[in-house]
Amino acid sequence: MKRRQFLQSFAAIGLATSLPATNAAEVSGGQPWEPGKIFTPPPPPKKGGLQYLTAHEFATVGAIAERFIPADEMSISGKEAGCATFIDRQLAGDYGNAVTVYRLGRFVKGTPEQGPQSPLTPAQRYRQGLAALDVATQKQFGKNFVDLDGDQQDKLLHAMEADQLDLGPQVETKVLFELLLQNVREGFLSDPLYGGNKDMASWKMIGFPGARYDFRDLLSKKGQKLNIIPTSLIDNNL
Amino acid sequence: MKNVRPKADVAIVGLGWCGSLIAEELTRAGLNVVAIERGPWFETATDFPPSIDTDELRWDTRRSMLLPPAIETTTFRNNRLETALPSRDWNLNELGYNVGGSGTHWAGMAWRFTPFDLRPYTQTVERYGKQKIAKGLILQDWGVTYDELEPFYDRFEKIAGVSGKAGKLNGEVIEDGNPFEGNRSSEYPLPPLESMRLTDLFRDAAKSLGQHPFMVPAGQASRAYVNPLGVRMGPCTYCGYCLFYGCGNFSKSSPNACVVPALMQRENFTVLTDSAVVRVNKAADGKTATGVTYIDRNKQEWEQPADIVILSAFQMQNVRLLLLSKIGKPYDPVSKTGVVGRAYSFQTVSGASLFFEDENLNQYIGAGALSQQVDDFNGDNFDHSDLDFIGGAGILVVARGARPIGNADALPPGTPRWGKEWKKAYTHAFQNGTFIFGQGTSFSHEDYYLDLDPEYKDDNGNPLVRVTFDYNENDRRSAKFIEEKSVEIGKAMGAKIVIGTNSAAGKYSPFNFASDHTIGGAVMGTDPQTSVLNRYQQSWDMHNLFVLGASSFPNNAGYNPTGTIGALSLWTAKAIIDRYLKNPGPLVKV
Repeated sequence: MKRRQFLQSFAAIGLATSLPATNAAEVSGGQPWEPGKIFTPPPPPKKGGLQYLTAHEFATVGAIAERFIPADEMSISGKEAGCATFIDRQLAGDYGNAVTVYRLGRFVKGTPEQGPQSPLTPAQRYRQGLAALDVATQKQFGKNFVDLDGDQQDKLLHAMEADQLDLGPQVETKVLFELLLQNVREGFLSDPLYGGNKDMASWKMIGFPGARYDFRDLLSKKGQKLNIIPTSLIDNNL
Repeated sequence: MKNVRPKADVAIVGLGWCGSLIAEELTRAGLNVVAIERGPWFETATDFPPSIDTDELRWDTRRSMLLPPAIETTTFRNNRLETALPSRDWNLNELGYNVGGSGTHWAGMAWRFTPFDLRPYTQTVERYGKQKIAKGLILQDWGVTYDELEPFYDRFEKIAGVSGKAGKLNGEVIEDGNPFEGNRSSEYPLPPLESMRLTDLFRDAAKSLGQHPFMVPAGQASRAYVNPLGVRMGPCTYCGYCLFYGCGNFSKSSPNACVVPALMQRENFTVLTDSAVVRVNKAADGKTATGVTYIDRNKQEWEQPADIVILSAFQMQNVRLLLLSKIGKPYDPVSKTGVVGRAYSFQTVSGASLFFEDENLNQYIGAGALSQQVDDFNGDNFDHSDLDFIGGAGILVVARGARPIGNADALPPGTPRWGKEWKKAYTHAFQNGTFIFGQGTSFSHEDYYLDLDPEYKDDNGNPLVRVTFDYNENDRRSAKFIEEKSVEIGKAMGAKIVIGTNSAAGKYSPFNFASDHTIGGAVMGTDPQTSVLNRYQQSWDMHNLFVLGASSFPNNAGYNPTGTIGALSLWTAKAIIDRYLKNPGPLVKV
């Protein structure tokens, strides 16, 4: 490779001394690749403790994950798989804080085609929504959601799914339901790196090989059951 | 005191496919070229090696490679009676945000358009008469023909390392290729990818119906390959991590894998990364561009002077820059005059959901463009005399990877979405559920257009693009026809459950991910009253300004746009090198 000339540009005609130097990276004369720099997966979430949810919220999310994905002969439950841990870590980070969402200008409710128009972040929806859910269950049963039996919890979740559960004026029930379902699924089906999908339980259930990169030796086995042992970004036991 | 960089011969805005292809041509011709890219430096070894690539949550679900709406988005309304609102969350406008642009995360379907697609007005009128054109439909020829573009399609395919099988080679129709394609002067540089179980099922079903299936030309190298620029590509390993992912194998065609390594060796090329161009600067008399202004990471404004300015940002951003720079007359949908923002189109998608009974589709083995298609009902490949629309669709299946999170709702209607029954249904669907995709022509219409939003801005205070769009009547009819054809193929494939789908039956929404091909708004053509650019993608208003990208297309074909975007970029490069440099001025006289 030719000599690289990767430099931060400090000199330009007309640069006033009071202004900071341009922070554009100016790249020329080769690719700015540093030998020896290895790109590794992001670090897995720190084990133990909670980064966003309270202990009660965590238990509630775990209970919801258990109903969405119950334990049976096919797999462990969503709770056992670590969905609540996954969600806790996600809510504490960029996703939970809606860092990628456009949040400038007036928030005006639009047509369904115009998509979400709310300033609420996922983290805020969980906080408000889970509290409102307990208010509703206290009213109906004299208990928090987490203390109800499975059938009662299922009935409530079905009602939320059908947008038939009033959780007060602050909470868009259907939006909250879809958020919970999406995040529990993510926790169940994503790489165990992120705190869920314990022991790749979901991938073993559906037959997904996970973090594999080369299937050329299997191209001739079209239409066959392949029984590939899955691997993940944090599993190096191959 | 102003920040001004040294003058360049050429300033290129956006280093994706268009920017890198034309930069390679112009630097090889000896020009001093500066590219300005809003995103960061991005390359295979450091940014998407295999050790981090296999991560659906990160790259697909969370779209980590794409431009976040927080930085720039569009506002949207279905028609002029509504007030446009920002598309605040991830939507089908999938812009790149890195060296390589969208060319880094694309699926790799590397098509040519057909002769009809580039002259739809003339061919429709010749074949069916003017009355075939629905009210308000914008139908106009591009000004460049397929035959003129053929050598540039050929060059793009060789640079990109496209894997496929010719169907029409030097006038001869070849079996197992696409008999409807435009005539080719040479074979693809690489043979097709291996067909999977899913693509075999489709092929056999299509043949049984008397149709002509073929492997879609794929931007995934089927063999190890060295391209004409001397850049090496690796053979595709069918890992299934393609669309939304960078390729860690150097197998997916991309600017990063195919062009940038050669480009970066040139002493006369520089790219400024993390720099967002905000406007094209104009001479006092308004007749030429003098360069561009960009904002660096410290929010400082800088000027890059240049003799030639080339806009090659994403389609939306090209149109936005013209509007913000006040170049060309913005389109007014009331008087139907003006050109910037006019002729905006999309992709008309319909098809079928399929669920087999006892298959092992193993869809986690695949590649972004590993696909079988029939073109029997695409474009003007079939007789529309007794039909009430023009256009059609390529109908295909694609073995593109498994998406465990993304497909969790891809279940037969009525299936519970959670609980024990969901687990059972999803496990079954993982090996038995798939879909037929009708990727249809999209014609632009007088009522639908782009302009600047009157209220919403980005965090530099510049207005966002406002999209006013819905499906037009012609395209709705076309979509329904294609849905029926898709259902027919699905049944012939032996699927137990076949359900027609049609995204054009209802209203368009940026949150309905039918496609991500946003087209037009700064179109090329033969008449300055109906186009922004001439047939060389040169601005009618400023002879030293060229605009490259899907923004140039007055209509969209029933194919993915990248191959045509690449060919047109090379076509423009040749016009600049052979003609413009010798005699700077308008290349087309009106």
